[in-house]
Amino acid sequence: MNTMNKEPEQSDIEALLPWHAVGTLSRRDTQRVEDALARDPELARRYALVRDELGETIHLNETLGAPSAHAMEKLFDKIDAEPARKQAMSFNLGARMAEFLASLSPRTLAWSASAAVFAILLQAGLIASVVIKEKNAGGYETASAPTTDSGVGAFTLIRFAPQASSDDVTKFLKANKLSIAAGPMASGLYKVRVAVTGLPKAELANIVKKLQQDKVVGFIATTE
Amino acid sequence: MQTTSDEVLIVRIAGGDRLAMQVLFARHHVRVYRFVLRLVRNEATAEDLISEVFLDVWRQAGKFESRSAVSTWMLSIARFKALSALRRRPEQELDDETAERIEDQSDDPEVALATKDKGAVLRQCLTALSAEHREIVDLVYYHEKSVKEVAGIVGTPAATVKTRMFYARKKLSELLKEQGIDRRWP
Repeated sequence: MNTMNKEPEQSDIEALLPWHAVGTLSRRDTQRVEDALARDPELARRYALVRDELGETIHLNETLGAPSAHAMEKLFDKIDAEPARKQAMSFNLGARMAEFLASLSPRTLAWSASAAVFAILLQAGLIASVVIKEKNAGGYETASAPTTDSGVGAFTLIRFAPQASSDDVTKFLKANKLSIAAGPMASGLYKVRVAVTGLPKAELANIVKKLQQDKVVGFIATTE
Repeated sequence: MQTTSDEVLIVRIAGGDRLAMQVLFARHHVRVYRFVLRLVRNEATAEDLISEVFLDVWRQAGKFESRSAVSTWMLSIARFKALSALRRRPEQELDDETAERIEDQSDDPEVALATKDKGAVLRQCLTALSAEHREIVDLVYYHEKSVKEVAGIVGTPAATVKTRMFYARKKLSELLKEQGIDRRWP
């Protein structure tokens, strides 16, 4: 195999040409290929062959047509014939978190990660300073856990009906503009935020009364 | 306008969301179909296989771990289904279809060459490559998969992917030469 056995560096670069033409190389490899193309006219000629192949492969595939409109029907017939899914209590917090993270752009995610690292470091610093201060003061230790709920807004406690599917609960939360603030607690209760600011007791009671009518709700009560 | 990412759709599908399944299907079914069709060379079989591929996506969405792009994962499933279907079919049937398929493509190479349509000859030769070579050429050029992604789909080391692509292109040069086009490579 003549070309592949040439200079290792040259054959390595040449092997990357197809991926360079499509733009799927890393930045480092892209730079290596571009440098090599700039100094080697024969490699540049071969790259033109690669580009011809790329163009004609796309042309060929694009003329292959598409499946008939029945393809989707067939698929959903099969999906309908599937046994009902065992759904863990609907809004599965892990999945919701995965969905949330997946919806962030890489840049946002990078900034969020940096912010999270900063917050952790800040928190570690604060805890360390408190511990040192308490030790110096000969203070006592507490066994209570810190609260994670900011407590800002108006809340209810909800236990969802056992027969409610994850889909039902998600739709219910979305339709009523609710969000889960905490839970599930020991008795299967969730703390649900109904408004981002505090509401008068009467107004909150009216909301609870309205939500109580939904078949998804097994139990509901106001809470602080 | 921001579209919902494939990863988000998969999370929703794992939760039983049929609408998310429709969106994912609409987004990818043509490419998956073409990938399968180039391997099995039979439109009816390819159409049956894509519904199987997406049914697997529906069933396995909860196990998807985002180690690869969703499209790469689906092409892996498609490849497995296509190869299994090929193994079930008698060789004679395959040979007949291969011959038919080659004849079906645009002009005859010699006619195309006579009319100086080098592109048509190149497409003819791309069609005449072996399944292994067609697959890698399509994954790299049409499905825009990186070396690592192709390695994941085909189940070989990255170095093998590069070598296989080299040999596919070398074979293409040989086929072109037989048709009177000398690329002076490799």
